[in-house]
Amino acid sequence: MSVADYLARRWDTVLELTIEHLIAVALAIGIATVLGVLLAVLVYRSDRSVALSLVSINVLFTVPALAFFSILVILVGLGWTSAITVLAIYALLPIVRNTITGLREVDPAIVRAATGMGMSRWARLFRVELPLAYPVIMSGIRVSTVLIVGIATIGAYVAGPGLGAELFGGLAALGTARAPAQITVGTGAVVLVALLLDAVLALITRVTTPRGLR
Amino acid sequence: MTQGEPMIRLDELTKRYPGQEAPAVDAVDLDIPEGEIVILVGPSGCGKTTTLEMINRLIEPTSGRIFLQGEDVTHVDADQLRRRMGYVIQQIGLFPHQTIAQNIATVPRMLDWDSTRISNRVDELLDLVGLDPERYRDRFPKEMSGGQRQRVGVARAMAADPPVMLMDEPFGATDPITRERLQNEFLHIQEDIRKTIVFVTHDIDEAIKMGDRIAILQEGSRIAQYDTPENILSDPADEFVEQFLGSGIVLKRLNLTRITDIDVAVAEWPTVAVDTDVDAARRALREADQSHLLLLDGDRRPQRWIGMRDLEHHRELSSAGTAVEATIDQRATLNDALQEMLVSANGVAVVVDRSGAYTGTVDLDTVTAAIREMRTAAVQRDRAQVHSERDPA
Repeated sequence: MSVADYLARRWDTVLELTIEHLIAVALAIGIATVLGVLLAVLVYRSDRSVALSLVSINVLFTVPALAFFSILVILVGLGWTSAITVLAIYALLPIVRNTITGLREVDPAIVRAATGMGMSRWARLFRVELPLAYPVIMSGIRVSTVLIVGIATIGAYVAGPGLGAELFGGLAALGTARAPAQITVGTGAVVLVALLLDAVLALITRVTTPRGLR
Repeated sequence: MTQGEPMIRLDELTKRYPGQEAPAVDAVDLDIPEGEIVILVGPSGCGKTTTLEMINRLIEPTSGRIFLQGEDVTHVDADQLRRRMGYVIQQIGLFPHQTIAQNIATVPRMLDWDSTRISNRVDELLDLVGLDPERYRDRFPKEMSGGQRQRVGVARAMAADPPVMLMDEPFGATDPITRERLQNEFLHIQEDIRKTIVFVTHDIDEAIKMGDRIAILQEGSRIAQYDTPENILSDPADEFVEQFLGSGIVLKRLNLTRITDIDVAVAEWPTVAVDTDVDAARRALREADQSHLLLLDGDRRPQRWIGMRDLEHHRELSSAGTAVEATIDQRATLNDALQEMLVSANGVAVVVDRSGAYTGTVDLDTVTAAIREMRTAAVQRDRAQVHSERDPA
């Protein structure tokens, strides 16, 4: 069975899974961005807290995805919640790391000038430091996104959403005529989702970065 | 010193860092009078920047007190305090993600000014620092030159019209030509705005040029001498000050004194009008105690130097002798005069008033007499001080 034949017969399922995949990744990135930026803002001023938080997230990162999904299933059961939780945890590392880097790399003279003019700590953070760190934070979000589009396929193992279902389906049907076509379509769709999201984020970054920083 | 309360008063202000034997700033007492530029100058590591940053509490003092307009501000809210003081640093620290207008509007926005008032103020300030508002208001810092950015930095510090400006080596990062221009512009602006300015530099020449008063600081921010540039130059308090001033002290004084300032009378030179006939000119020169006459035109503008030999060959004075190449303005410094007389044929500099009319000449004797005068004045002032300390009236 050719890829074209397969698509002709199953395009509606593939499209549905692709949309699920997009939604799952978007949700996980949204959660990871909120938590990641929050965490970075809490720790970036102190060397010790920065080291501690990066080490902890690194340790989480070394846990294999399959193990993670399994643990989550025990904790919260099968389905979307487990899948998105795992994805958000994986997305955390690049976002936290880039946000901390971005905030710490703001020119100290700029911070000193802001403080010297009487900006409060929060005004400084929201009006100076975060805007200046913004391009670096966005590139962290892009790295996370591409990363978890791939990991999300494993989510099907815990009955999560997304294109993983196609890949697992193909594997289960190995030896049949449709297996190669199904795996090819699933893989291609995952790559397309990754490229699409990366392009969208690149565009958003470009449009929203202040002209003075470009 | 001044009548009433100084704008800023530092009272035994001290900064000690943990683990350091000697305090970085050791019990500084300093009165900064309203409307003056006070320079904190000293070798690196003397604590001048620490002292400055304690005034707006970027560095919290370990002990001592800070008064602003008579009010003890040592423990008031630091952010509120800082909005009452402009702050300019060497690296400027403009916000790169904001336009020039947004940068300048920083403090007015924090003070909740309405937007019309803010945009009027931004344009006014850009004008003041010599940047066309139409052209520059919507630019970003990276689209400006270093000198322009520094002007924006000064405008931003003045935005909410604070009574006090703190400036930490504000022109230190620019090339010498730009620095000189920025200094002159700033002095010009200060003539109008009359802010109280505390200005940190390590450059004694900048201190002499910019300061109404100079505090020369030693290690621990101890004040070696606090006085006007004139008095410091003519009467250094101790060896440290002398060393810090360096060897060119007399030349520095000359840079500070304008021809109009000196009491020594500007020497008269024998002059002739352009319509005098040659015989009369010859007579005049024979009676004069100089070897040349100075020829003036109908508006008394100096034209030519005429010697006895020139008179033998010419029937018309207007073409005799050699042209007066350069003249100096009454407001020029003695240093300018000295340079002029060194290149002039007769060893004198011709002084003219604003309209270009001849007012006199300055020669080396005038300059040395002026220097002598300054010294005498300093000695007399010292004696007077000793007297008043001995028997307070």
